[in-house]
Amino acid sequence: MIAALAIATALNATTLDKLARGDSREEAISALVAAGDAAALPVLRALQEGNLYLSEAGAVLIDDRGTLRDALSGAPAAVPREEVEKVGINNRLRRSLTRAIAALGLFSAAAADRLAAARALQESGDADLLPAVQKALQGETDARVKEALRGTHAMLALASPDRQKRFAAIEELRKAHAQRQLTQRLALEQDPQILAALRSAIESVEASQRRADMVGLVFSGLSLASILLLAALGLAITFGLMGVINMAHGELLMVGAYATWLVQSAFRGGRFFDWYLAAALPASFVAAALAGVLLELFVVRKLYGRPLETLLATWGASLLAIQAVRTAFGAQNVEVSNPSWMSGGVTLLAGLVLPFNRIAIFAFAASVLLLVWALLTRTRLGLLVRAVTQDRQRAAGLGVATPRIDLLAFALGSGIAGLGGCALSQIGNVGPELGQGFIVDSFMVVVLGGVGQLAGTVIAAAGLGIVSKFLEPSAGAVMAKIAVLVFVILFIQRRPQGLFALRGRAVDEG
Amino acid sequence: MRSFRLATLVMASALCATQSRAEETIKVGILHSLSGTMAISETSLKDVALMTIDEINAKGGVLGKKIEPIVVDPASNWPLFAEKARQLLTQDKVAVVFGCWTSVSRKSVLPVFEELNGLLFYPVQYEGEELSQNIFYTGAAPNQQAIPAVEYLMSKEGGGATRFFLLGTDYVYPRTTNKILRAFLRSKGVPETDIQETYTPFGHSDYQTIVAQVKAFGAGGRTAVISTINGDSNVPFYKELGNQGLKATDIPVVAFSVGEEELRGIDTKPLIGHLAAWNYFMSVKNKENAAFIKKWKAYVKKNKLPGGDSRVTNDPMEATYVGMHMWAQAVKKAGSVKVDEVRKAMSGQTFPAPSGFVLKMDETNHHLWKPVMIGEVQGDGQFDVVWKTDKPIRAQPWSPFIPGNEKHAELR
Repeated sequence: MIAALAIATALNATTLDKLARGDSREEAISALVAAGDAAALPVLRALQEGNLYLSEAGAVLIDDRGTLRDALSGAPAAVPREEVEKVGINNRLRRSLTRAIAALGLFSAAAADRLAAARALQESGDADLLPAVQKALQGETDARVKEALRGTHAMLALASPDRQKRFAAIEELRKAHAQRQLTQRLALEQDPQILAALRSAIESVEASQRRADMVGLVFSGLSLASILLLAALGLAITFGLMGVINMAHGELLMVGAYATWLVQSAFRGGRFFDWYLAAALPASFVAAALAGVLLELFVVRKLYGRPLETLLATWGASLLAIQAVRTAFGAQNVEVSNPSWMSGGVTLLAGLVLPFNRIAIFAFAASVLLLVWALLTRTRLGLLVRAVTQDRQRAAGLGVATPRIDLLAFALGSGIAGLGGCALSQIGNVGPELGQGFIVDSFMVVVLGGVGQLAGTVIAAAGLGIVSKFLEPSAGAVMAKIAVLVFVILFIQRRPQGLFALRGRAVDEG
Repeated sequence: MRSFRLATLVMASALCATQSRAEETIKVGILHSLSGTMAISETSLKDVALMTIDEINAKGGVLGKKIEPIVVDPASNWPLFAEKARQLLTQDKVAVVFGCWTSVSRKSVLPVFEELNGLLFYPVQYEGEELSQNIFYTGAAPNQQAIPAVEYLMSKEGGGATRFFLLGTDYVYPRTTNKILRAFLRSKGVPETDIQETYTPFGHSDYQTIVAQVKAFGAGGRTAVISTINGDSNVPFYKELGNQGLKATDIPVVAFSVGEEELRGIDTKPLIGHLAAWNYFMSVKNKENAAFIKKWKAYVKKNKLPGGDSRVTNDPMEATYVGMHMWAQAVKKAGSVKVDEVRKAMSGQTFPAPSGFVLKMDETNHHLWKPVMIGEVQGDGQFDVVWKTDKPIRAQPWSPFIPGNEKHAELR
């Protein structure tokens, strides 16, 4: 609308001034788009990214990676930092800018840029841009860009007075799953035939949306399951196999997360920041394993076979650990940023984005699981651990150094918890109380799965994750949590041994 | 052995010194959680209170006496708040208490303050529906934060939202605020079907399905999310928003409990453009604020507080700072620390606040007049003010949007 009214002007000192201050910035942007002046792109981008500055003398400057340059000439400007003020924008301007930058991209020299611009505009679905798209269509030579532009044009033509154009536009929008644009048109459309076409298009978009939601729920469930599994896997060893009720398990997760944070701080600003996780993984494993060794040597060792005392002592240890971290690093949460390759997501279906960090954690959980399984069943250490936990006396009689195996197994379980903490730092908060939120969930997963069973732990985690995610949309997050807890209580009453019962001597002992 | 005796002697004399000095001080209680789940927010309020006491003492204290802070830790445990409040008032005999963050902790100490006729300064924005003669509220009432924020979202500048997703943590503050907002939106002609209310438990960390719900809800028209999520649940919520590609230009989120301090734990680049409504932002440019930030940074450095250079100022800290100075002024005016006299002297008290306005304590309703500001999150964890009122506005502790509040008409 404004674009039609605004007089087309290319970038000059006056428009630049209008862009940087005053109330007519919206018009200035529209005027630039109407003129199709691609030379304005750097200024608009700078404005959008918050790199446009205004000096006290009134000059408009662009911050080009640390050097201030004049926005028109591009010459470096000798103005001290203290004398410039950032040009602020709000969400409305930000939206106009996104559109304007896409529209101006239509006139870029590179065909790939033009294609991207045409596609970006397709999503915006704003009839204001029709003149710019028409102008680009006339001058376009590349066949693919031309096709994309036609599509865009059709979409924007939803508001066109021509019926046939509107029919075509509805079809295009249906393919693009643009429910909002269709719904908005529903309120304005008068023609009954077109109304019917609109309704059926909306219905078909909604149907495919429901399918996408379903897939999304399954994915969320699996993602929650992978997090539960990572939190509980360490406990499956220390509690499940060794029978130590370790209330400080959550704090081992926290140690892993803090180790990740420390490694990240060391990498910050460096060239390899995106790969800090490669160093953080072993660091968090070692840090948590060391914490586990200390815990085993000074607390757990003296209390094997005395579950109540173990429970109280490890709970005390967990309080000590929380306060120690709080004293050392502050009560505040610390910032762990995702590496850039973990931000964002992949669009699987229209309206369904799978975030990369969740995919990465899922894959990570699977590989840690594989590692633990291989370690327990395919190595000598695993054999000894299983022997000691199944029949301590006979293993000792056969010459196994049981205290050493206990220590190693406990350190392994703690180290795995550290890996879990490293993964948790990528999706949630890292603070002294991190572990408190996971201790109940971890025990729930291990107990539900059946103590002493890796497979049970995996299935319990998957079940709990999927069930709670399927309950959430209808019951709400609060009720879903309650329902899951009630379900676990009822299940444990019916089957105290969990999903998978362990047969043999270990059961008799317990 | 001699050194031990020497140490005892030194300690004994130090004890004597504090005892003799104790006669000449005015005791002030500080009741903020330094451990437990609320420590994340309340620790810096304790720090800024101590800083303000240092500042007042450096200028000679009040009534010729130094202020002596008594810091207690109620450990995010609501009944313990009441116990500690009683201890401060009866054992330590403090003249005034600065404290509490969550509404539930305030509700827990309120009967104690009324029974013993104590004085509490409460520095956090809250849901209103309360007015005790023993409390001064230096945070915002709903009409000083929530309602202007929604009006902004509905305006052209704010994006002209027509659908509202009310998302909060499940306790009294979000539920009451959303009740008020729902009534307000209905009065503006927004139909029921365009309002959705959703709650999550304290400490909720998996926002996948909720962000998907927001997205689906947003397909029906211009949508804004009004978030009363409290505490560290905000971090996973904003991370999920960023990762699912929901941008502020599509669906802006305006938050009432997210400030500079909460953003310290988040990488804010994916959040640029999301909003928060407060009565003060650290980024506000004026003489008072520059001095306030300078004092805070110097205090952090001098006392080697954890966090160091990354420590920020925020709205409840400003409210604590303003409240304490107003109390000191009122004591000077009354010439006494007696609660009844200080309460009288508080009415109409003014103070040039770091928000850039001269704030006034209302003559009757115990709430501060406050300016309202809407800020957008920037890449550096600060807020850029995009809208603000041109003068402080009066608090309405009893919201006209809650039925039954007509009887409090004189206080509105």
